[in-house]
Amino acid sequence: MIEVKNIHKTFNPGTINEKRALNGVNLTLEDGDFVTVIGGNGAGKSTLLNAIAGVWPVDEGGIFIDGVNVTGLSEFRRAKYLGRVFQDPMTGTAADMQIDENLALAARRGKPRLWGWGITASERENYREMLKELDLGLEERLTAKVGLLSGGQRQALTLLMATIQKPKMLLLDEHTAALDPKTAAKVLATTDKLVAEHNLTTMMVTHNMRDAIAHGNRLIMMDEGRIILDIRGEEKKRLTIEDLLHKFEEVSGSEFTNDQAILSK
Amino acid sequence: MTLISLLNRMPGDVAIGIIWGIMALGVYLTFRILNFADLTVDGSFATGGAVAVVLITTGVPVPVAMAAAFCAGLLAGLCTGLLHTLLGIPDILSGILSQLALYSINIFILGGANKPIGVGKYNLCVSMLQVAPSIVVAALVAVAIIAIMYWYFGTEQGSAIRATGNNPAMSRAQGINIGLMKVIALALSNGIVALAGSMMAQFNGFTDVGMGRGAIVIGLAAVIIGEVVCHALFRKHNGFILRLTFVVVGGIIYYMAMGFISWLRVPTDGLKLFTALIVAVFLAVPYLKDKANSSFRKAGRRGENQ
Repeated sequence: MIEVKNIHKTFNPGTINEKRALNGVNLTLEDGDFVTVIGGNGAGKSTLLNAIAGVWPVDEGGIFIDGVNVTGLSEFRRAKYLGRVFQDPMTGTAADMQIDENLALAARRGKPRLWGWGITASERENYREMLKELDLGLEERLTAKVGLLSGGQRQALTLLMATIQKPKMLLLDEHTAALDPKTAAKVLATTDKLVAEHNLTTMMVTHNMRDAIAHGNRLIMMDEGRIILDIRGEEKKRLTIEDLLHKFEEVSGSEFTNDQAILSK
Repeated sequence: MTLISLLNRMPGDVAIGIIWGIMALGVYLTFRILNFADLTVDGSFATGGAVAVVLITTGVPVPVAMAAAFCAGLLAGLCTGLLHTLLGIPDILSGILSQLALYSINIFILGGANKPIGVGKYNLCVSMLQVAPSIVVAALVAVAIIAIMYWYFGTEQGSAIRATGNNPAMSRAQGINIGLMKVIALALSNGIVALAGSMMAQFNGFTDVGMGRGAIVIGLAAVIIGEVVCHALFRKHNGFILRLTFVVVGGIIYYMAMGFISWLRVPTDGLKLFTALIVAVFLAVPYLKDKANSSFRKAGRRGENQ
């Protein structure tokens, strides 16, 4: 279970660029929950993800993974609980290292890295099998440098790396946004497959409402650093884009009138 | 300025070239693997020489003195690493600070600006008085260091260092403590550099605090010359062992070129100028070749012919 309790984050406090990015976010994910996160630019979607990943410390509030308070753990210490895929396909892999070496690095996430072999022959065989499942032909190119792969191949590899050790939570930060539609669909299908296979608790940030509806069992919408909608179960299954747009207007619209009310006082 | 005198000085140049090549292996570790331009080496090379000479002249066995020089280099690299990771000082600047501090420290260690060893009194591992055995010993040390580096960068820790140099964001996400990896790599690199410094002092029979001046550029020269030659000979089939070997080969080529220039009676004060020129040429050649293959001027000419 993942618990996010009342977290706040303000960037550049006290300057002209001050930005209250997270404004008291509360969220509880049960094991196996697959939540998609949507919202406008600057709504705080990626910021929420980064707060959970520990890219920087939060100003207030706490983050708990299976009851463990990880709020004070730095990014690399928290990594043992988390699998992450980034928006930029370049970010998730080491370009100058081989495909198998990248997988071996991920397989040792959260373990002490000393003087054992960085990769063993039996591991290599396992990786070959795993890559076969991706159906991208990468099993034939185990010792190729990752820098030679296409964006889609790199994202699929990063997904495999993120899940090679079952993480307590999988964080996907618009991981198909930089891909062409066909490749994006394939990477999303791989995502669904891996999430289902390992029953992963997952959070997927996306700009694409269609994807947000089609994937996962839960959907949250963010605005101004808060969660303004939380739809799950049967209601989520019946959701359409029109519903979502309507709800978005409803929620942001009512906020707008509230703002006006404040200003007119 | 006879051909004989050129041939006569060659073996000695090879020996010194191998020692510079060993130092360049340390430079390769930070510059290519960690992707960190570490200027500490100018200081730590001289530190290695100073520690070794002081210990050898007080009767400490040569291998122990060399091990101590290696450890002194580790400490120097550790300082640079801590300046960078704990205090947030940019990479080049933290190296420059260590280098400057080491200049004073090296004078403290030596008790002066230079110190002779007194050749013949001790069982030195390399010496210009016995060039042939020195070449063999230096080559064996180089082979041992290459073998250890090959093993180490295949281990979990070595892989983590490579990942840190390649993609820090990915490394953090995979749970790698990148600050620790940088400190370890900088320490090991400067350990190798100081070990090379201890060998250079023994070969020359004396050490000088200015011995390491320009070492970083010589190291880069060896790394880059080695890469260019390795690529020319083996194209894409250049594994890690081959690349490390060619770093040492690069050191030898570099120093033989220097020897050739001295043989032309160029004043020794001009050698650093030539070093800089050689490095500039070898850095520029791959870039210019690439440019020649895809230049706007050519594209423009093709465009006119349409």
